[in-house]
This record gives sequence, C-alpha cells and structure tokens, in this order.
Amino acid sequence: LVFTEEDKYGLYSNLLFKYFLAEGIVCGHDLFVASAKEHPDNILKELPAPLLDDSYRKDLGDEAAAVKSEDFQDSMKIAWRYQNLPKIETSPTTYTRFGHYYDVSKKMSPELCQSVKLHSFYLHEELPFEPKMKTWNMNSGYARLLQSIQRIISQEGFDGSDPQKKQRNVLRIGIQSLGSILWGDDVCCSDAPEDPQSLTKFLYVLRGLLRKSLSACIITVPAHLIQNKAIMERVTNLSDVVVGLESFIGSERETNPLYKDYHGLVHVHQIPQLNSLICDVSDTKDLAFRLKRKQFTIE
Amino acid sequence: QGKFTLLRDSRTDGSFLVHHFLSFYLRAGCKVCFVALLQSFSHYSIVAQKLGVSLAAAKERGQLVFLEGLKSCLDLLFGEEEQPGQPSPLQFLSGSSCDLRALFDFVRVSLSAPAGDSWKGPVLLVDDLSVLLSLGAAPVAVLDFIHYCRVCVCCQLKGNVVVLVHSNEDSEDEENELLVNSLCHHSDLILWAEGLATGFCKDVHGQIKIIKRLSLRQAEQDLVQIYQYKIQDRNVTFFARGLSAAVL
Repeated sequence: LVFTEEDKYGLYSNLLFKYFLAEGIVCGHDLFVASAKEHPDNILKELPAPLLDDSYRKDLGDEAAAVKSEDFQDSMKIAWRYQNLPKIETSPTTYTRFGHYYDVSKKMSPELCQSVKLHSFYLHEELPFEPKMKTWNMNSGYARLLQSIQRIISQEGFDGSDPQKKQRNVLRIGIQSLGSILWGDDVCCSDAPEDPQSLTKFLYVLRGLLRKSLSACIITVPAHLIQNKAIMERVTNLSDVVVGLESFIGSERETNPLYKDYHGLVHVHQIPQLNSLICDVSDTKDLAFRLKRKQFTIE
Repeated sequence: QGKFTLLRDSRTDGSFLVHHFLSFYLRAGCKVCFVALLQSFSHYSIVAQKLGVSLAAAKERGQLVFLEGLKSCLDLLFGEEEQPGQPSPLQFLSGSSCDLRALFDFVRVSLSAPAGDSWKGPVLLVDDLSVLLSLGAAPVAVLDFIHYCRVCVCCQLKGNVVVLVHSNEDSEDEENELLVNSLCHHSDLILWAEGLATGFCKDVHGQIKIIKRLSLRQAEQDLVQIYQYKIQDRNVTFFARGLSAAVL
C-alpha cells in the first residue's frame, strides 16, 4: 500500500500517480482507477508514453523461472516490485532493465491504453450506498469504493478464487486525492473532523484486500491540508510505503541556490518491512526530484 | 509467570521484538494466542522460519491460535451473515457494540486449556494495540480489554501477556499516548525500542531500554538497562552503547 502525500498543488503527485498507472499498462496489469475529482477516463487519456527500446529480454527462460510459487497470501504490496510476472509478454513493448522509461511530453496511445482491462470508479457517477449492506460505520464514499474494489478482485479472480483461470495477473489500483472534501470527508478541512476514523478504517480494510490478492495500490492524499497530525501518524502505521512530495513552488526554497537544479524534495517516511526481520537498509534518505521536458527524475 | 510485558517503539519499528517473543514462547512449549492485527499470517510465518519455528506446524498441533485481523475484518464486512453462536472477534468494527468483549472472549476461549492439554503456561501476544484505536475503539475500551486479559491470562491461568504499542516523543495522538502511559504503569517489564536520536545509521539500528518494575508503587526502584542493537536477517545483535562492531 503506497501512500503518497501530495505536494501543495498536486502537480507532481499526479505525475507519480500517472507513472504508476502507465507502468501497469506496459506490464500488462489490469488497472483500477478511482477518483472523486477527475473522471478516470480523463486521467487515463493523460498517461505518459513509454520509450520503446529495441533490445529484447535476454532469455525468456529466465523470466519463466523467476515466477514465484503459488501462495495467494504473498500478495504484492509495493508499487515498484512487479518483476515476477507469470504472464509472458507478447506485445511489442519489452523489458530492458528494471521498469520502463517514459516520455512525459508525449501521451500514451489509446491502443496501448486499451490493451489491458480498465476498471474505474468515479464517485459522482456511482450509485448511492445500498441499504441492504451491513452497517460499516464508515464514510459512504469510502465504503462504496471498498465494495467496488472487492467486487473486481473477486470477480476477476485476483484472489485466486477462480481455479480455472490459468494466467494470473496483477491488479494495479490508483486512488486519487483520498480524504479530500470531494469524497465527503472533512478530515482535510477541519481540525476536529466529524468522523476521524473513516480514513484509517478505510486503509485497514484496503490493506486486508491487498494482502489477500495479487494487487498493489497507490493512494495520493492532500496531506498538507490535514491539520490533525494524529491521523497522519495512524495512517503511516497502516501503510507499507509512505512517500511525501514537497514542491518548491511558492516556497522560499525556490530561490535557494542549493536546490537550483530541482523542483522539490522527496521524503520517504516509511518503507515496507515485509517477510523479513530487517528494517531500513537504504544508503541515503535525502532525495530530490526534478521535472524536465521529457522526464521526471528522482535523485 | 503471570507477567505483563509491554513492547514499545518510538521512531523505529519494534516488530522484531514480537517475532522474537513468538518464536521464544513456541519453542518453550507454551500455548500461544497471537492477535495479529497488522500483518498477514505468511509474513510472520516466513520470519519465524528464519528464526527456526514453523507457525503452520504449531497451528496444526494446537499450540498456536492465530487471529489474522486483516482477514477477520474482511470476513466481517464482506462475508455472509454471521452465525449467532460465533460472533466475529472484531465485531466492534460494524458498530453493533463499542467494546472489545468479543475479542476478549476469543482470547479467553483460545487459552483456556481443555482437559488433557499438555502445553506449558498460556501466552497472549498482541501486534499491535495502537491499531485498535485506528479502527474506532475508544482508549477506555482498549484498556478494559487489556485489563480483562490480564485478569484472565496472568492471574487465573498463570500465563503471560506481551503487547506491542507504538508511540512517538512528540506525538499528537493523545488517545494513543493515554493508552501507552496507562499500560506503562501496569507493566512488569517494558522493552522500549527507540530509533537513535542522531538519526539513521547503518550499523546501529536503534537502542533498546529494558525497564524492570520491581515495585509497582515506586518508579525510582525500577531497574533500567540500555543497549543498542542491529537487526540482521536471522537474528538481532545487542551491544553496549557506543560499542557496535563498526566502531571497534
């Protein structure tokens, strides 16, 4: 569960969000896009185009041998750990190294977009909360979203419920601007929100759904608007990865000569510690990002 | 026996302590009830294997009762209507009750030994208690739950209770701080893992403070020991402050 704290104007976090989705398409994963702000179809029209490369995978055999053994509880939780795909890639895009590269100045072609199954959830087009559902004690927008995700996971067999399905695939879920007022939650506007636990309950249930299926999820949240810091502490506990983007726009850092090559900072608040005793082993924690005409770089 | 141990972490992840206690008690032949709220069974299973214990085998022979919170929550919210005789341990989530009685009943039933049970002392292990607050339980409800567990497991069944909570020095989470402070006062032993004040370091992952309460009335009599530690793939090494292998 990748939790991204949006930068003030949402420019860069949106970009990261689109990269996640674009990578999913190039890898052949199914996508589930949810938003209360922008219609998912519009988000999908704006994905960056991949840079096609002529070098092919060295050995198809290597790829097949790297497949993980079946265990549905070993689901994928991290945004960038997806190399063990069970499906052999037959489309023209190929793997060169870990992940793919994109050209931000060009849009992904509609044909490539349509090459995977796309599921979307646009809050304002969804039917109201069904009365026969058990009381969930949660914001109704979040509850509807969870039901929608659970339905897709179960129907499309991402949780292994369909033994007939030979080719297992990964579901990439992207949820945009969760917690904003558009979802009906006032956690971003008020210091003492009406229902402070809706967001954390939502994350817990989502975590459960991710753990029991082959899916990974990225969520962006306008965290700079959340005044109640206790909620952010709890949210960090419930997520596998927490990354914050701080853009220099409008801040005094914009003119600081130290940062003249960069557009903002990347704060890694938490990295996953799954299936292992070892914790944080990264070498450096000071990261900054910059957006050039064609590429978004973090260094 | 009959001890309440509090595991606490600040600015770092103290779950290595949970893994330790889990494999420690299983190897000692105790019956363990593990309330795992934050991670899946396979996560603990894989780490336990590195520490030399098989959770699946322990479950099979009845030595380990494992409550996988995430799965239980999904069953409650997406599953069929629950049977009247088997309420979900996480029933408070659906709002039908605001106390953690169902969770306590689950613990009590799991650890009350049927005749012929040959396991040594029962143990309750919880990872982690702070999650219950995120799920809507009031701090008082959580404290009541722990109190009932203590009475049942420590006093009546002569077993041990080990609980993990998170806390931060400058935390603004008042409910959590209330919970942690209250538990500290009632613990026999506190293991407090803290990230280094100087920040991240590759060779020293943190510092652990071991506080043994000799008397529940006077805090001055507590025995305090401090070590630093480094976590590796299969174990954790402890050393005196400033004497990590990288320095010597």
